[in-house]
Amino acid sequence: MLRIEKVYKTFNPGTINEKKALNGIDLILKEGDFVTVIGGNGAGKSTILNMIAGVYPVDSGKIVIDSADVTKLPEHKRAKYLGRVFQDPMTGTAADMNIEENLAIAARRGKNRFLGWGITGKEKQVYQKRLEALDLGLETRMTAKVGLLSGGQRQALTLLMASLEKPKVLLLDEHTAALDPRTAKKVLDLTEEIVEKNHLTTMMITHNMKDAIRLGNRLIMMHEGRIIYDVAGEEKKSLKVSDLLSKFGEASGGEFSNDRMMLS
Amino acid sequence: MEALINALPGSAAQGLIWGILAIGVYITFKVLDYADLTVDGSLATGGAVAVMCIINGANPYVAIVAAFVAGMLAGLVTGLFHTVFGIPPILSGILTQLGLYSVNMRILGKANQAVSVDQYALTVSLRYIKEACITTGICCIIIILILYWFFGTELGASIRATGCNQNMARAQGINTNVQKVLGLVLSNGLVGISGALYAQYQGSADVNMGRGAIVIGLASVIIGEVAFGKIFHNFALRMFAAVLGAIIYFIVIAIVLQLGLSTNDLKLFSALIVALFLALPHLKGSLFAKAGGRGGKKDAKD
Repeated sequence: MLRIEKVYKTFNPGTINEKKALNGIDLILKEGDFVTVIGGNGAGKSTILNMIAGVYPVDSGKIVIDSADVTKLPEHKRAKYLGRVFQDPMTGTAADMNIEENLAIAARRGKNRFLGWGITGKEKQVYQKRLEALDLGLETRMTAKVGLLSGGQRQALTLLMASLEKPKVLLLDEHTAALDPRTAKKVLDLTEEIVEKNHLTTMMITHNMKDAIRLGNRLIMMHEGRIIYDVAGEEKKSLKVSDLLSKFGEASGGEFSNDRMMLS
Repeated sequence: MEALINALPGSAAQGLIWGILAIGVYITFKVLDYADLTVDGSLATGGAVAVMCIINGANPYVAIVAAFVAGMLAGLVTGLFHTVFGIPPILSGILTQLGLYSVNMRILGKANQAVSVDQYALTVSLRYIKEACITTGICCIIIILILYWFFGTELGASIRATGCNQNMARAQGINTNVQKVLGLVLSNGLVGISGALYAQYQGSADVNMGRGAIVIGLASVIIGEVAFGKIFHNFALRMFAAVLGAIIYFIVIAIVLQLGLSTNDLKLFSALIVALFLALPHLKGSLFAKAGGRGGKKDAKD
């Protein structure tokens, strides 16, 4: 479903701020794979998601989604293959537009937009049903501006928007990191439900190692722009946080100290 | 006082004409979140094209359509400067505006070209203020209705999403560059219409007629928002508020002129008014922060 071949990316090459963000990434996701991605700050987790989404061009390498080579496609043209939820709840929705308008825009992802109605009465009914399923009371506030919603509600809405038209790959970039623990849990439960129900191929970055182990069927660990650990199936299920920590310690040559990962 | 009352219909007519420009500015400044300075040039372009069309025997309505197209081309240039060549928004507008001065000189052949209502069947003229008010009023309503429909379509929604959150728009498959260009084209087309009507109204097109137009447009949008923002929530009404803002602006100008302000000081006065209204939300925010602690938005319940 998703194939990444030898992708390299260096930011600010030739300057004092040069940063090798991706150092030859190879990754293949099968249909229905739910991969959790962990790694320290600057490991390249977000960069690889942004490369898949086309936010920046790759230096070299190839990205194939559902047997279409998208390496050279701009971000908006890749959007038809992808559902995305971002770390910042502000990023995924248009705050000045209302809930149903946001959904209508998401429903037209990958389609041509001309002078047809931006939203139809029939669509509104569909959206109402989908919002009801979220169980957040949003179905009664469909004409409310999204800017009025809480961070958790916005992330839930973004998730719904990402899955409204079934994406080939769902990209979740620490989408619960900005939420309080209770809301984060709710959004995570919702994520699990939506991924399972729609059988979505998913990549989820998280800083929470327990979540990384609990969710999905595969886990990868990144370090300095490389995938240093890739585990799936039964082996993944039996992982413990301490295993991951020691794995990380090995990879970073014992220098692993006060990284954000320690805290979770 | 009597002089002021006599001046009011003229202010209303001017306000309605500039109201069309205000709607254009509303599209770039509010919907697209783009400070477009092309306006100063495209207004004069609209006026110049319309006047030259009329002088050369075209129907005044055809002349207005030609001005619309000319304005759209000006917007297209600014849009391409920004999206294809990566020039920052404000600078793109300034470049087009500057270049348009020469273009407008070419169109007019000289700095000022008169078009008399005695010789040509103009759509509006300050000689017939009541008729001018009715014609431009109908014009404004038609434009608002068409735009209200347009911004409800898939394409219009894409422009709104682009202005609101480009990351979201791109993630949903919207080509944000195309939307920005479209918005600029549409906006400057309206400014062109406004210029066409204004040139006919005052009986001449002048290369300098657009100087400061963006400030008047912004003033109208902001005054409309401050005065009617609380009661007008509907998109069509918000555009209508910009038109009302333009009318209020010209009435205020008439008042201060009656009070003895020199016409030479008008531009300074306009600039200060706009600066004040633009500063208000910021000042209100910082004052509030000092008075009420952090002043952060209270988190809504999840």
